[in-house]
Amino acid sequence: MSAQGRTEAAGWAIDAHNLRKSFGGREVVRGISLKVRRGEIYGFLGPNGSGKTTTIRMLCGLLTPSGGGGRCLGYDIVRESRMIRLHVGYMTQQFSLYSDLTVGENLAFVARVYGMARPVELAERTAREMGLGARLNQLAGTLSGGWKQRLALAACTLHDPQLLLLDEPTAGVDPKARRDFWDSIHALASRGVTVLVSTHYMDEAERCHELAYIYKGRILANGPVDRIVAQSGLAAFSISGGRGLDDLARHLAGLPQVESVTFRGDEMHVAGRAGKALADAVHAACKARRLTCTADAPTLEDVFIHFMEDRPKVCGGEAGA
Amino acid sequence: MSGRKGHALPRLVPRLWAMIIKEFIQLKRDRLSLAMIVIIPLMELLLFGYAINMTPRHLPLAVLSADTSALARDFVAAVKQTGYFDIRGEVTSEARAKAMLRSGQVIAILRIPPGFGRKLRAGMRPQMLLATDATDPVTTSGAVAAVSALATRVFRRALRGPGADLLATPAPFELVVHKRYNPAGKTAINIVPGLIGVILTMTMLVFTGLAVTREVERGTMEALLATPLRPVEIMLGKIAPYIIAGFIQMAIIMGAGRLLFGVPLAGPAQVLLVFTLIFIAANLSLGYTISTIARNQLQAMQMSFFFFLPSILMSGFMFPFHGMPVWARFIGELLPLTHYLRIVRGIMLKGAGFADMAREGFALLIFMLVVMGIAVVRFRRTLD
Repeated sequence: MSAQGRTEAAGWAIDAHNLRKSFGGREVVRGISLKVRRGEIYGFLGPNGSGKTTTIRMLCGLLTPSGGGGRCLGYDIVRESRMIRLHVGYMTQQFSLYSDLTVGENLAFVARVYGMARPVELAERTAREMGLGARLNQLAGTLSGGWKQRLALAACTLHDPQLLLLDEPTAGVDPKARRDFWDSIHALASRGVTVLVSTHYMDEAERCHELAYIYKGRILANGPVDRIVAQSGLAAFSISGGRGLDDLARHLAGLPQVESVTFRGDEMHVAGRAGKALADAVHAACKARRLTCTADAPTLEDVFIHFMEDRPKVCGGEAGA
Repeated sequence: MSGRKGHALPRLVPRLWAMIIKEFIQLKRDRLSLAMIVIIPLMELLLFGYAINMTPRHLPLAVLSADTSALARDFVAAVKQTGYFDIRGEVTSEARAKAMLRSGQVIAILRIPPGFGRKLRAGMRPQMLLATDATDPVTTSGAVAAVSALATRVFRRALRGPGADLLATPAPFELVVHKRYNPAGKTAINIVPGLIGVILTMTMLVFTGLAVTREVERGTMEALLATPLRPVEIMLGKIAPYIIAGFIQMAIIMGAGRLLFGVPLAGPAQVLLVFTLIFIAANLSLGYTISTIARNQLQAMQMSFFFFLPSILMSGFMFPFHGMPVWARFIGELLPLTHYLRIVRGIMLKGAGFADMAREGFALLIFMLVVMGIAVVRFRRTLD
């Protein structure tokens, strides 16, 4: 494995196969395989409790897999987890810096832990780069959610890691802070840092180069966003035209070929498995109510709702990597 | 007013009931609190009923006899017969006897002067010296009384016949008792050095007892584990700052003890500092070990309390160590406070040096290393 493994690993920042994890007999991760190219932003999408956090913790050596294995930056996730810790930045889901230390003290602590030269200067410089310069002497516990998250990002990038593992970094953060945060992530990626980020925001998923959709401990789909949408085999329609939308929604939701009905202001978005059955049903219903119906592109959200409801079909066929 | 009360009461009862039920359910799930309810009264009962004895017997005694007469031997045998003393050795030099008293190997020395038997028979009322370690006055008080009472009885048979008139009061010889190290028998002299040990045990345990659980509860442990820090580094980093805190506490107690109660520092300060350092580190490591086992901060506090109680009662701080039965003394020997009390009393009051206390210091060192070893093994490197 050694020589070949290393060269093979060179192109992949993360190369994990068939990862499994059980807690007290309950299997939370049920065979996740994952390949992430260096310099790529890889999104981990899925509802709460789907196994995202557990998978990330296994990748950085915080949990020992019950089955399967893999490599991060070429290091074995079980046997060489110490090397992984040196080169990986991990941002936990919960704020995990010291609330009774200031911004500067927290960053200096992290710098010292990683054995960085001139920790205090580095802490100040990093804080300024992250826009935290004015808050250097503020206690971390008194920061607002957005600033806490910036501080956490600063802390996990301070030691120039080659790989960032971000576990729901933008949960509970306002839209402006979320956008700034994603700008920072793209800036890091452009410098060659690989980023694995878990989220349950669809708009964030669309900012990733590639993504994997995790549901109940398995990857149901993965790849670039447009490919996932294209391969889903879904079609969508946009319906508008004033009154009667409510009634139409109830009607369509009751049809077996319709999988999701979403209101968007005065419009309605309907998605389902592509085919004559769906198109006929939608057109007929619109005609009867004198509503305008046009073809629309299915969204990522449609795809995930499709996966959740259609899980058994998907699992048997195109699931996994 | 009373009408309003009558109205509120029926509603109060179900609410109160809800609260009581909830508390019982929580208590039932909290094994450690349940254990405290049962074990603490049992522990106190056993300790006070069986282990603690305010008039200890079988105290170790060294005999320094310059007289080989049958009368001298009779007296030693009679002392042994009282049950208050066990003879640990017959020494021939004053220096050796003093060293044994200083290091705590014996708690009293019986010195029989040359020609004791001859002088006794000649009716010259010779003196006999019993030098006791008065750093813990309670320990020896009963024994001294018992030996003093011997004076009039012991030679009744031996002096029958021609020397019978010697048995009339006053006693045929004089027993001189020297309370060494604390001639006035002041309890402050005994308590103050002991307090250093007790306070250090209590505070050091609590400081590090919460060290790991606090990080786990605040969620900072996960980030700490994801860094390259090794378990040993985390442990030593947590322990080190509190060593200074421990020395500050020690300085306060010693300073106040000297100013207010005149408690001396008779021995070498540097030796006391070295042994205190080991003692502080031992307690901090124990607290740290507790916090690797406890699931939350409350559990850590409860576990510390479980350790603290026997430390106070069985170390010789509150009650004489020599008054306890063998099993209780065995438990006592496992507690760092027991060894530290001997060290701190020995050095401060008796002027003991490094060599006198090396054994006790070694015991502390072993305790510290074992506990640190457990902590490093117990420390969860992962979140599994």
